[in-house]
Amino acid sequence: MTTPHAPGRPPDAREPGPDPVWVRLPQAFRIPFSGARREIQTAVIGLLVSIAIGSVMMLIVGKAPGQVWWVMLSETAGDPSLMGQALYRATGIMLTGLAVALPLEAGLFNIGGEAQVTAGVVACALVGTALPAGTPAAIAIPLCLLAAAASGGLIGGAIGGLRVARGAHEVITSIMLNSIVASFALYLGNRVMFRNGTTTGASIVSGAELPQLGLGGSSANASIFVAVLAVAVVWWLRAQTTWGLAWRAVGQSPEAARTAGISVGKVRIAVMTAAGALAGLAAANFVMGNKHAFEEGLGRGTGFAGISVALLGRMHPVGVVLAALVLGFLSSGGVAVSTYVPKELVEVLQPVVVLAVAAAVPLVRRMEAAA
Amino acid sequence: MTQESGPSSAAGAASARATTGGAGEALIRAELDKRYGANQVLTGARLTVRRGTVHALVGENGAGKSTLVKILAGVVHGDGGALEIAGGAVELATWERRAARAAGIGIVQQHGASAGALSVVENAVLGIEPLRGPGIVELGPAASALRALGERIGLPVEPWVKAERLPLGAAQRAEIVAALHQGAKLLILDEPTAVLTPVEVDGLLATLRRLAAEGTAIVLVTHKLDEVRAVADEVTVLRAGKTVAVFAASRDAAPGDAAPGSRLDVAAIARAMVGTDLPAAPAAVAPAADARTVLELSGVSVGSELRAIDLAVRAGEIVGVAGVDGNGQRELALAIAGLVKSTGEIRIGGQLATRASPAARFALGLAHIPEDRQHGGLWLDATIADNLALGRADVTGRFRIDRARVLAHAATQIAELDIRPAAPTAVVRSLSGGNQQKVVIGRELSRRGLSCVLAAQPTRGVDLGAVVRIHDRLRGAAAAGAGVLVISADLDELLALCHRLVVVLRGRIVGERAGEALRDAGARNALGALMTGAEAA
Repeated sequence: MTTPHAPGRPPDAREPGPDPVWVRLPQAFRIPFSGARREIQTAVIGLLVSIAIGSVMMLIVGKAPGQVWWVMLSETAGDPSLMGQALYRATGIMLTGLAVALPLEAGLFNIGGEAQVTAGVVACALVGTALPAGTPAAIAIPLCLLAAAASGGLIGGAIGGLRVARGAHEVITSIMLNSIVASFALYLGNRVMFRNGTTTGASIVSGAELPQLGLGGSSANASIFVAVLAVAVVWWLRAQTTWGLAWRAVGQSPEAARTAGISVGKVRIAVMTAAGALAGLAAANFVMGNKHAFEEGLGRGTGFAGISVALLGRMHPVGVVLAALVLGFLSSGGVAVSTYVPKELVEVLQPVVVLAVAAAVPLVRRMEAAA
Repeated sequence: MTQESGPSSAAGAASARATTGGAGEALIRAELDKRYGANQVLTGARLTVRRGTVHALVGENGAGKSTLVKILAGVVHGDGGALEIAGGAVELATWERRAARAAGIGIVQQHGASAGALSVVENAVLGIEPLRGPGIVELGPAASALRALGERIGLPVEPWVKAERLPLGAAQRAEIVAALHQGAKLLILDEPTAVLTPVEVDGLLATLRRLAAEGTAIVLVTHKLDEVRAVADEVTVLRAGKTVAVFAASRDAAPGDAAPGSRLDVAAIARAMVGTDLPAAPAAVAPAADARTVLELSGVSVGSELRAIDLAVRAGEIVGVAGVDGNGQRELALAIAGLVKSTGEIRIGGQLATRASPAARFALGLAHIPEDRQHGGLWLDATIADNLALGRADVTGRFRIDRARVLAHAATQIAELDIRPAAPTAVVRSLSGGNQQKVVIGRELSRRGLSCVLAAQPTRGVDLGAVVRIHDRLRGAAAAGAGVLVISADLDELLALCHRLVVVLRGRIVGERAGEALRDAGARNALGALMTGAEAA
């Protein structure tokens, strides 16, 4: 078949080459969501491979893997405080996981979770401390949540806007914004928020505090309900509304979406704004539910952890909840076995999960083709 | 499958010997099959190329020209058939680029195949780097040789410039010189003039004659008959993957003749390219003369691809846009659909829509069947039902999706168009080309308040059964009062469907035929000549 050509093209016009690697990379992780079974298979294989790799590392440091895993399971499950810490961890990464999963389905790779969480933390703390003492919870809590979501959304929207208007790739701008926002937060902390010589700001009004769940004095708090509600809303939008149809169409087939009259640019900006807002909401967990103040480095790492959660959760809202719980549990489990193996050994498993899941995607696809 | 019962040495690839036979001896004999998915691209397509000749391979778009030469050059694997090089049979299953290059087959592909970040000389020696020591590449001598060779044959090249910095014409020159430097005895050029200015075209054609006179065999893939007339010794015409005719300039032509093609029967070649079947009588009744205009283009231009198009389609009328692919048809469709910026004025249903978004144009009554269902028409990983509802707020509802209505809509379209499998939840990627196209047709032609249908290549790569249904639906849309604009590279399709035809060439409308003028026996030849630029309007 002859491919069409344009005789009238100016002599210096060049055919566009293949997509650069940063366009192909997110596509490697994304597979069309047509079968829940395929996604579950992928996640389980990825998880099993990670456990195997973890076991090998335990052998290398001279421990019996079976014993370490058993201690991790039994000690963590039997300790309410460790379980509470797992839930606390899961709350944050559930939201940032959603903030990665949603754009991935729309064909965008949001790795600006760090910036979005930090912006949320700063805005949440600023509003929380600025409110007059004695502000009732019914006013203070929504206001703080709104501030967190709006500031995170602003960052996300900026990333989406730059992509749509200027063609700047979201991975690049996300990375840049991560350090810009981190530096700006530190600057703000030093200039206005930190109290004499510490790296902790003033406390937010008591009305803006979210109650602890009380699990063995752990940091788990009511913000987990905010996270679960967010998941439910995203799930509903995704499955039941024309918005969900539009963002999935834009993700899998932008040309078809454009041809069918969907404004691809608007969808991309909206999705990135929503993702930023979700990541920003994680501030509820850190500021309103736990520290009740701005702290240097509060929530750091949650944004990046969201990538693991989204990939392990196969970009599906329900998968994100499960993946967040699994990785949260793993994080507590690392503490439980810290007397046996170095803490870093368990920490390293989280990125290993990402690689294992990515490797499992083509494997499952091949298994399917063979079946 | 080969007709020759010569010694079929199973020795396989690269068995071509560097014999220095005189002009006229067959260098290549091929008879090839190729299938892409459900699409049979080549069916026993034959090609015989002699040493010292320029052999034009012509045919309409999609006839299989590029595929044929890519198999020869080992860029694409052939499925079956036979290939003989300098008398030696070649094992098609193991025939690949390296073997072809060793056998002296050079190819300059349509869109170039240089590594942009490498220099011209680096590209020329890629894979066969001259070494000065283990792993140490020596480029100097190769660069001098390239420069000298280029000057000798009249295609000057600058060996040290990075390929990506060259304009297309110079990049192509560099590829030709590189191929000759690698010792090509057969040089394949796939639509080389598409990227050149007229002056460059003349220069290139003169060079091809000179190379042929020196004994190189040349395959020139083209659909421009004026080029054929200018340089070709022999012509093979492909239509729908089959060789339908072979022409040769009269035998008494001297090998060094400046323009042997002038003795070719160009009219006969044009006839062979477009086919000779008589058009079926259109089923649709011609529209009333006073029907209102539903689509009007005045002075519409898109870059240099589409220039000042004036075109009007009336209600009930089916207008065809004929032309060889790449003459502005794609830009015309995108401009009407609002997917590319254009100047001039576009009116849809009487309303000015030049700056309207695609969605706004749909609201004015436009339906758009895009030319490529895989890239633009369909969301391949979604279901039939979702594709039929994509962008159709009247089906899905504004915000909350009305699943029952989406499924009912899908069931209606599946029944009306006989889409198979008849399951609304089947994923579109798994459908055949014809059924995929029916999904696009179903979504677009079921729009409400349809005033104007834009159908680009509506039946490309579609089986016959689907063609009939799609044509019925297009005629039905016209009968229901919409104006239909069909853009197609298939002249038979246009003659069967349309009340009126316009021909585009290099972004301009160069001719128009309507009514009886479309029915008489000479219409096809006249249109074919217009399309290929063999005749002025």
